[in-house]
Amino acid sequence: MDTPIHTCDYKISANNGGGYTVRLGGNLSIETASESLKRLYSELKKASPPFYFDLTDIAVLDDYGALVLFELKHHLKISESDFHIVNPPETYKKTLSLVNFDFNARCSVTFGQPKNNIIVEFGAATIEALSNVKFMVSFIGAITLSLKNVLKRPKSLRGQDTINYMKATGVDALPVVALISFLLGLIIAFMSSLQLKQFGANIYVASLVAMAMVSELGPIMTAIVVAGRTGSAYAAEIATMKISEEIDALFSMGFNPTLFLVIPRLVAAIITIPLLTVFANFFGIAGGLLIGIAMLDLTAGAYITQTIDTLTIFELCWGLMKSLVFAILISVVGCLKGFQAQGGASAVGHAATAAVVNSIFLIILFDSVFAVIRSYIG
Amino acid sequence: MRQSPIIEVKSLTISYNNELILDDISFSVACGEIFMIVGGSGSGKSSLMRHMIGLETPHMGSVFIGNVDITQCADEEFQNALKKIGVLFQSSALIGSMTIGENVALPIIEFTDLPKATIANMVRMKLSLVGLECYVDHLPSEISGGMRKRAGLARAMALNPEILFLDEPSAGLDPITAAEIDELILSINRSLGTTMIIVTHELDSIFNLSQRLVMLEKSSKRIIAEGAPFELKTNSSNPMVRKFFSRRAEMKEERNKSEGSHETIIF
Repeated sequence: MDTPIHTCDYKISANNGGGYTVRLGGNLSIETASESLKRLYSELKKASPPFYFDLTDIAVLDDYGALVLFELKHHLKISESDFHIVNPPETYKKTLSLVNFDFNARCSVTFGQPKNNIIVEFGAATIEALSNVKFMVSFIGAITLSLKNVLKRPKSLRGQDTINYMKATGVDALPVVALISFLLGLIIAFMSSLQLKQFGANIYVASLVAMAMVSELGPIMTAIVVAGRTGSAYAAEIATMKISEEIDALFSMGFNPTLFLVIPRLVAAIITIPLLTVFANFFGIAGGLLIGIAMLDLTAGAYITQTIDTLTIFELCWGLMKSLVFAILISVVGCLKGFQAQGGASAVGHAATAAVVNSIFLIILFDSVFAVIRSYIG
Repeated sequence: MRQSPIIEVKSLTISYNNELILDDISFSVACGEIFMIVGGSGSGKSSLMRHMIGLETPHMGSVFIGNVDITQCADEEFQNALKKIGVLFQSSALIGSMTIGENVALPIIEFTDLPKATIANMVRMKLSLVGLECYVDHLPSEISGGMRKRAGLARAMALNPEILFLDEPSAGLDPITAAEIDELILSINRSLGTTMIIVTHELDSIFNLSQRLVMLEKSSKRIIAEGAPFELKTNSSNPMVRKFFSRRAEMKEERNKSEGSHETIIF
């Protein structure tokens, strides 16, 4: 039995009548293609056509080997008449004939994406943005119509689904929201005490924590946590249903996909997120209380009294109103991104990411709008 | 004995993002018929079906289900038209978070006023029609692909639609399961008289089931053949149609033709 050959060797000689003969030998296949191509290319760069590739001594040749020849022809810009393959072994004639050397000419379409100039790109992006806006407006319209429908016929709300989503959005999020706000209360109390201690104003730590939590941090931290947990889940669930034709199936069975999928999620978010915010406020204040007692020598009674004195009903309602708006933002953006999904599995991930990023951005944006409004109404 | 058409597609033109998919398609489907839409991959068969069930709005033309033009009727009429049809999607499209039973019950609960226990019995009946009565409480992910198709079929038939649309009912199934699905489709058509519109490219199914078909083609974007499959196989004047029905490759012939020429260039 012959030992298999693993190397490709070649001899380049100048012809009498001009041009070069490359006598290839050994193994020109997937094993040696990369190396032979590099070596041959660097040596033939200086030589001048015509080239004769003599394959008489070739022992192994596959389509990668043929590709080497093709690439040489291509890179050295050898014209058709200057490129000759001499004496291909009978067994490899088939291999060579399978390789289609002029596939480039045969395809009318170019490889990859055609490159557009910047104006075309800009126009395409604008059109896409406009169609996104159009989709968004019609989506919000569909939600409004479905809500109207639900108000007219409360039975059309999918009750069991709503309860399930409330559990997923609210109950399951409670531990993490509670822990985060507790720690946040702790941090605010600690940081502010460092400053307030200098003025002997320890008791105002309670006011500061209460105000910060109830009007700002409670709603916003809850919203951000829920956007990460629930907004992404909404987007991923709906996107999965979209790409597996489930939404089409619902539609063709006569269901209204918005009523079926969005409204229960929206209602669940509207109910649970303000409730979560109340818990967040409570745990934040509890965190402050711990620092007050442990580090500032305040009594629990004094701390709580100061907290109650600071907070007004307006303040509480303001915070809850904000969290209500955040709830709508999170659920609408989550569902919207889900419905916009198109394509394969990567679309689901993309939808989830886009939902989180967009809803957090919108939460912050709306919060600053609220701050501006607040500064006007005092 | 030709019955009145139950579905009529009139000069339908489909395009996505300015790319023409189908151009000026017209045909009609008679009541109780097994009608097939066939064609190679990418010929726009599924797009055509999506337009026929109103999932997408056509660029031009109209689709009549019964006497209603679903492309431009009022929402209420459209909902009524939807009640006449059942759809089995290519991926079965069962709701993943619900059991098989709940999936089948979904349209029944929504569109009838039957009490719960009666609906549960109805679901079992529908599932036994496709031989899945023992899988009521399984999730779609817990059963095989063939079973999912059958469950999807049961759900599509839940409200006794007059017309069933089936998108590649036997694609991706082993030959035995595919034959079983074909058998099932035939028996439903015979026993209930349901009109079937089947999108497929499985030759076995085409010859076993279809009474009449239209064939779409990618390059011309039109119907290139209409008629009974056996007739088309032997008598069609279009070589492309005969090739399709006798399962011959196109690539090979083209290559053989060009092979001679490029051999002379290189060797």
